[in-house]
Amino acid sequence: MIEVKDLKKSFGDLQILKGISTKIEKGEKVVIIGPSGSGKSTFLRCINRLEQPTSGSVIFEGEDLTKASDKRLYEIREKMGMVFQHFHLFPHLTILQNLTLAPVKLKIMTKEEAEKSAREMLKKVGLADKESAYPNQLSGGQKQRIAIARALVMGPDVMLFDEPTSALDPEMVGEVLSLMKQLADEGMTMVVVTHEMGFAREVASRVMFMDEGVIMEENSPEPFFGNPQNPRLKEFLSKVL
Amino acid sequence: MSSFIDKLHETFIVDDRWKYLANGLKTTLIITVFAVMIGMVLGFLIAIIRSTHDKTGKLKFLNLIAKLYLTVIRGTPVMVQLLIIYYVIFASVAIDKTIVGILAFGLNSAAYVAEIFRSGIMSIDNGQFEAGASLGLNYRKTMMYIIMPQAFKNVLPALANECIVLLKETSVAGYIALNDLTKGGDIIRSLTYEAFLPLIAVALIYLIIVMILSSLVSALERRLAKSDRG
Repeated sequence: MIEVKDLKKSFGDLQILKGISTKIEKGEKVVIIGPSGSGKSTFLRCINRLEQPTSGSVIFEGEDLTKASDKRLYEIREKMGMVFQHFHLFPHLTILQNLTLAPVKLKIMTKEEAEKSAREMLKKVGLADKESAYPNQLSGGQKQRIAIARALVMGPDVMLFDEPTSALDPEMVGEVLSLMKQLADEGMTMVVVTHEMGFAREVASRVMFMDEGVIMEENSPEPFFGNPQNPRLKEFLSKVL
Repeated sequence: MSSFIDKLHETFIVDDRWKYLANGLKTTLIITVFAVMIGMVLGFLIAIIRSTHDKTGKLKFLNLIAKLYLTVIRGTPVMVQLLIIYYVIFASVAIDKTIVGILAFGLNSAAYVAEIFRSGIMSIDNGQFEAGASLGLNYRKTMMYIIMPQAFKNVLPALANECIVLLKETSVAGYIALNDLTKGGDIIRSLTYEAFLPLIAVALIYLIIVMILSSLVSALERRLAKSDRG
């Protein structure tokens, strides 16, 4: 579904990604871990081209994103949901409007269809009673669940999560993770950058360790955590587990 | 006391001299209202050009023109601009002076409005652009539905203040022989050889209008603050 070939990204003289190649199949749940500054968020942001890669390619459903026209790029992004660390809900809109804005303005759905589907999605994330609230009235965990619902209304083929629980108070991490787990169980293809090792162990079909701009090791969770090979990964795990 | 009333009578009532103030006020208000409109529209366009360039690197040429415009307009006094527009640009054209005034003050205000709008757009967190983009909304749609409504709300008080400033700035319109409020008071002064009453009257009228506008602005600010829930 997603094929990344020799992806490189530099900011000025600083090379963040030094050649990433991997394939993500439909239905996979890939969890990316690694120390800060390892390039994992940049990698995720290159997948939907929020960052323009310096070289290499990202092929999504047979189409090279790095060469797509701007118009095509926005169409492709409709199929890639993204959840940010800081939610980025639209503060001037109600929760319902947050969910319906994109599908209505992109003419994918009529207002009525969008509202119907948004309400279903709100029920799914357990916040049906908040549809006329504004983002500032919600807790962090609720905001993130709304952000996930907002992405889901578009009916994406893959969901990208960029440290979705890192900005949350500890007691709110659970509600977001359990929603993500529910999504995973429903078969959603997911790429998750996170520091939640429990989530990686439990939900991932594959865990990826990134450091210094490369994938140092990737494996299914059991051997990844049980029998790590790479010395950097061993050191990292000994610190975080 | 009776001499004061005599003076009032002499200054404003005799020969219907109050009409200089009334007609002047009308001209001042017309110039201000239309200049504000030009300033808002043109300023908005300039702000869009400038911030699109800042955000995406596109529109290089238009941005250069916009920057030049801002530099020149903000770097020279409005009175000089007014004189140039009247005596140089429209030198050989018979044109209503009120229109010249509207143009001059409108073009001047646009430069300040542009920077107000631009600061409003740039103050919106980049994450809002990214959230729009990640949902498939292109730059234009993200601007229209996500950034602008927030930016506009943030800059409303500053825009309203710009209107107040503009109202007061039009008082130099007399330099192209436009009979605005200030000029009206000055005419009465030259007719009656009495400076105090007509000039104080002019000042009071400006002050009252500005105070009304200011109280509208602060009512607006309070309402906006209330809608910033949480």
